[in-house]
Amino acid sequence: MNPIPPMIPAPVPAMSDAAFALTLGLLLLAPMAIAGVALINTGLGRSRSAAQALLGNLALIAVTVIVFAFIGASFAGSLGSKDLVLHVAGKPWSVLGLGPFLLRGLGAAAPQAQLAVLFEFLAVAMMVLLPWGSGADRWRLSAGCATAAVLAAIVFPLTAHWIWAGGWLESMGANFSLGAGFVDGGGAATVHVIGGLTALCVVWIAGPRRGKFPKEGLSTAMPGHDATYVLFGCLLALVGWLAWNAAGAILWLHAPLSAIPGTAINTLLSASGALAATFSVTRIRFGKPDASLCANGWLAGLVASSACAAFAYPVEALFVGAVAGIFTPLLVEVLELALSIDDPTGAITVHGVAGLWGLVAAGVFAPQPGQLLAQLVGIAALLGFVFPLIYLLLFLLNRLVPFRVDPDGERMGMDLHELGGGAYPEFVIHRDESYR
Amino acid sequence: MKYAGLLVMPAGFFLALAALALFPEPGPRAAFVLCGLAVEGMGLVVAVRGHMLPRGASRP
Repeated sequence: MNPIPPMIPAPVPAMSDAAFALTLGLLLLAPMAIAGVALINTGLGRSRSAAQALLGNLALIAVTVIVFAFIGASFAGSLGSKDLVLHVAGKPWSVLGLGPFLLRGLGAAAPQAQLAVLFEFLAVAMMVLLPWGSGADRWRLSAGCATAAVLAAIVFPLTAHWIWAGGWLESMGANFSLGAGFVDGGGAATVHVIGGLTALCVVWIAGPRRGKFPKEGLSTAMPGHDATYVLFGCLLALVGWLAWNAAGAILWLHAPLSAIPGTAINTLLSASGALAATFSVTRIRFGKPDASLCANGWLAGLVASSACAAFAYPVEALFVGAVAGIFTPLLVEVLELALSIDDPTGAITVHGVAGLWGLVAAGVFAPQPGQLLAQLVGIAALLGFVFPLIYLLLFLLNRLVPFRVDPDGERMGMDLHELGGGAYPEFVIHRDESYR
Repeated sequence: MKYAGLLVMPAGFFLALAALALFPEPGPRAAFVLCGLAVEGMGLVVAVRGHMLPRGASRP
C-alpha cells in the first residue's frame, strides 16, 4: 500500500514545514496512549493498590523524563554530533550515540532532530509503564522508579540508537543489503518488546503475588478491580496509537504525507482484527467473551501494528491483528497456568510477544527483499543481548533497592502501606482470603 | 539453571552478528541467523524452566 523507500543513510532529506507541523501535532496526541496504558495498569490491579498504581505511573514518567533528559538522550544520539563506531568486516557499526548531555544544542538542532528527541521522550515514558503493571500489588514504588531510571539511562538509549538514530540495526540496509535495515516505525521493538521483556524480568525477580499459586489446584484468580478503567484505557490508547504510528512513519520511515491515512487505517484494522479474534476465542473457550482478555487482545493488535502499519496492505494489517488476537488469550493462560508467571496486566504477552510478532510481520509484508532477515537479526539482538542485559541490571538493582514489598505491606495493600491512604476510602476492600 | 539460560542467549546473538560479518551470500547468512535465534530460544526455555515455581512456593 505504502511501499517505503530503502532507508536512507544520513543525511536524511529535510522535512517540509507541513510535515513538521503534522508530526508535531501527532506527537502531542501520542500521550493519549500513555494515559490509556496507565488506566489499564490501574484497572487490572487490585482496589487496595489503585492509588499506588496510578501515582506510580506518574512518578515513573517523571523519573524517566528527567533521567533521559540528563543522560539517555545523549546515548540515544538523535541530536547528532558523533557516535561510537566500531569497524568490523570492513563496515561501520554505530553502537552508541555520544551526543551532548543535558540536551545541549536542542534548540539549534534541525527540526527533524527535535521531533525525533520528542518522540524518544514519549517512547521511553511509555516503555517504563509496561513493567509497572506487571509488578502490580507487590512492586515497591521506589524500586519501580529506580528501574525506570536504569531503563531511561541505559537500555532505552542503546536500543533507540541502534534502531532509530543511525545505529547498526538501522544501517543494515546500507551495509549488508538487508532490505531497508531494521524497520520499527511505531516503537514495536524500542517500546513494546523492551517493555515486555522488562516485565518478564520484574515478574521473575519480584515473584508472584501472595497466594497466587497455592499448594493444590490451579492458580488463584485475582481479577482486575475495574473493567471500566481498563476498557476506557483501550479507547484512549487507540487515539494515541493512531498518532504514534503516523508520527513514527513520517519520522523514522520517511513516509510521504499521503501515506498517513493508510497508516492510521491499518492501525485501526489491526486493533479491530485482534479484538474480533480475542472475542471469538474467549467466547468459544469460556462460553462468554472475557472483558479483560478482550482488552488485552485490542492492545496486542495495536502493538503488533506498530512495526508494519506504515507499509502493509489493509488486509495484511487485519491479518497481523487477528493473529495477535488469537495467541494473546491463549498465551496469557499458558504463562499463568503452566509457567507460574504472575503478570496481572499481561504485558509480557500483549507488549513483548505481540511486539515480536509485529516485527516479524513487518519483515514478511515489507516490499524490500531481505527485510525479513533484517527483522530477524533485530529480534536476535533484542532477545540475545538486550534481554540478558535488562535481567542483569534489574538483578543488581534488586540488591540495592529491594523490589518486593514486605508481607505485611502486601497483605495491607500497597495504598495503605506506601501512601497511607486508599483510593476508595468509602468502600470495603477485599482481603486475600475473599478470593479463595 | 536459573541463570544458565540467560547466559546462553548472548551466544545466539553473537551467531547472528557473525552471520552478518562472515557470510555475504543470503543462504548461509539466513541459516546462521536462524541458528542464532534457535540458540536464543533454547536459552529462553531453560531460563523459563529455571524460574518456574514449585507448587505452593508463594503460599503464605
